[in-house]
Amino acid sequence: MFVFLLTDLFFYIIILTLLSYILYVRKTPDLLETWSYVFKNKTGALSVLVLSFFMIIALSDSIHFKNKVYDENNKKYTYTSEISSLLDIILLPIHENSEKSYSSPFSSKLYSKETVKIDKDIDKRVYPKLKYKGNHNLYSEKNIQNIFITIIISFVKTLFICFIMYLIIFYKTLFKNFKKITTYFLRNKFIYLSFFIILLIFISLYDLSIQYYVLGTDKVGEDVLYKSIKSIRTGILIGTLTTIVMLPFAIFLGIFAGYIGGFVDDIIQYIYTTLNSIPSVLLIASAILMLQVYMANNPIDFENVYERADLRLFFLCMILGLTSWTGLCRLLRGESMKLREIEYVQASQTFGLSKVSIIIRHIIPNIMHIVIITVVLDFSALVLAEAVLSYVNIGVDPTTYSWGNMINAARLEMSREPIVWWSLFAAFLFMFILVLFANLFSDAVRDAFDPRANKNYE
Amino acid sequence: MIKYILKRLVYIIPILIGVNLLTFALFFVVNSPDEIARLHLGNKRVTQEQIYAWNEERGYNNPLFYNNSEKGLDAIQKTIFYEKSLKLFLFDFGVSDSGRDIKYDIQQRMWPSLAIALPSLIVGVLINITFALFFVFFRSTYVDYFGVIICVALMSISSLFYIIGGQYLISKLLHLVPISGYAHGYDAVKFLILPVIISVIYGIGSGTRWYRSLFLEEIEKDYVKTAKSKGLSESSVLFNHVFKNALIPILTGIVVILPLLFLGSLIVESFFGIPGLGSYTIDAIQSQDFAIVRAMVFLGTILYIVGLILTDISYTLVDPRVRLK
Repeated sequence: MFVFLLTDLFFYIIILTLLSYILYVRKTPDLLETWSYVFKNKTGALSVLVLSFFMIIALSDSIHFKNKVYDENNKKYTYTSEISSLLDIILLPIHENSEKSYSSPFSSKLYSKETVKIDKDIDKRVYPKLKYKGNHNLYSEKNIQNIFITIIISFVKTLFICFIMYLIIFYKTLFKNFKKITTYFLRNKFIYLSFFIILLIFISLYDLSIQYYVLGTDKVGEDVLYKSIKSIRTGILIGTLTTIVMLPFAIFLGIFAGYIGGFVDDIIQYIYTTLNSIPSVLLIASAILMLQVYMANNPIDFENVYERADLRLFFLCMILGLTSWTGLCRLLRGESMKLREIEYVQASQTFGLSKVSIIIRHIIPNIMHIVIITVVLDFSALVLAEAVLSYVNIGVDPTTYSWGNMINAARLEMSREPIVWWSLFAAFLFMFILVLFANLFSDAVRDAFDPRANKNYE
Repeated sequence: MIKYILKRLVYIIPILIGVNLLTFALFFVVNSPDEIARLHLGNKRVTQEQIYAWNEERGYNNPLFYNNSEKGLDAIQKTIFYEKSLKLFLFDFGVSDSGRDIKYDIQQRMWPSLAIALPSLIVGVLINITFALFFVFFRSTYVDYFGVIICVALMSISSLFYIIGGQYLISKLLHLVPISGYAHGYDAVKFLILPVIISVIYGIGSGTRWYRSLFLEEIEKDYVKTAKSKGLSESSVLFNHVFKNALIPILTGIVVILPLLFLGSLIVESFFGIPGLGSYTIDAIQSQDFAIVRAMVFLGTILYIVGLILTDISYTLVDPRVRLK
């Protein structure tokens, strides 16, 4: 049975908006021209590829069901209150079981010694063997050999998948014009090769983590890799949902202030200057603190743990959005003030076009580049901000998988002897990859869209 | 000039009132003081008397806006709005929920924050400008290309990583400086050096890129072409013309954050155990001491606005073309 959490619905809206925007771009020649500039840039194309992989993972983690359980007494299936996502089902072999405590990456033993009874009277302090992974090599007894063979097999699988996709894409011209395909393939070899490598990384990670804890286990024995992958959804949601929340405010108020001017302009300016004057961390902190108090005092509204965590994530996005629309609003106000004076807008005014239709026809298309640049730029900052906010305990709910929560939980592990580094490493690594490619993407987008960008030097 | 400053000072009053009303609404209207008291005393098994006593101690028992039981001026003065919100305008921050004088705490904790923030800012700006000039000098070569990529990579790393990694490497493995803590006087240097270095490194990526783009924007302008066609060398154009003109946005960008330096950095201070305003805020957030958070919001707003006014003034000082009206 499907369950729709609040953030799921908003995430679907985001995906739909994205898809409809892509369709719109394909129909509009000048937009297509600008976007093709992004894809011609190698880093731009690569970052789009990586980000879409992340998006797919986040999307598959946003399709939730209630679990079905066979009830022995009533002889029928019933639904539990547990909720799992499509991603959970795909990754079931990875996170099904959990160990007792810490174990290091690719290890076959626990990280700390335990007393084990060997004979009746003899106790021995040993590193106990892991129960579920690390001791079940599929292909070879030696670890290194086994890892190598697993990767080779994943390589073959990836080749096979790529071949099938290749057949699907080129099935029309496959046997007729082979030369054309080869030239096409060679021209885009960079992007095909990157796609292949990314897919290979995913598949071999999957194959490896069935046999090993690739990034170790955490304090309660949960697979760290699984936790990091689950955190992708939170990161992406915070980056995208926040902007979706703030966009209507920023666009509407910005255009209103800039185009209408006068009294309206003064009020809107006053609102955003006031909001902007409060240091954003403090504003976020105050709002989240109040939300916490509200949730603590009204526990009836938030029965389900998942819904509660989900609602908090949603509110966090709302609050982040509320604090971050001011910058964009100011930019849009300035731009629409400029546009108001331009000849073609003046001309449409003399022709008697109504204000609404001028805004829709002329203003909005001409400020969209600012919106896109800002949205993409904000994304990486928001992902990073989540970690800091979670560290201060004003981020997402502690039960939500997020990189910030992982770092927060693991920061004392560095002072442990011997140290446990893999939880922190995993969280930082995943965050780094996402933010890095988001930054590269935003650079490419800015170069393509910003008329002032120094195209000679970049 | 003085007229302009006065005008700006008058203009900040409505903003402060707005911020004040907003925080008041957030802290007292969204949740009633009773609910906050309940949270502090533990949710279960709290009697009404306990809540009453807790509120009485902190002065939250008065009505929000208008006190019916009092007469004359007291009807307005004996309210939460007057006691907790309006008094902020007189810099009377009152007492924290745990019973400490907030104003005294802020005065004490301002200086350690400044001791980290000011050196980080100065060293950071110098280093960033140096790197940016270097990249601009080698623009459209591989030096610039890889420099920018490294900057983007540095920007993409979480600030928490720099702090945790730096503490582990410098303090735990190499034992060069203490992991955290603070001392007064000259002893403070050994506690301050690591946070400063980490703040500087954290800022390099975005700072260098930002300054680089400022320099590149300047280099496109016509006077640079004139200077070059006169036969000036690349380096003399860069240092004598471009650098000086690009300093205007750099300087004003620094001035705007100068007052905010007093607030310190939230996470750096809390990781390094420095008793500054940043860690003060974090502690307040974590112990849900709303009186302190409220005071800090107000203080932060004032400092931000002061920064804006200083920026305007500094524009007239560095750029003779700008006149304030």
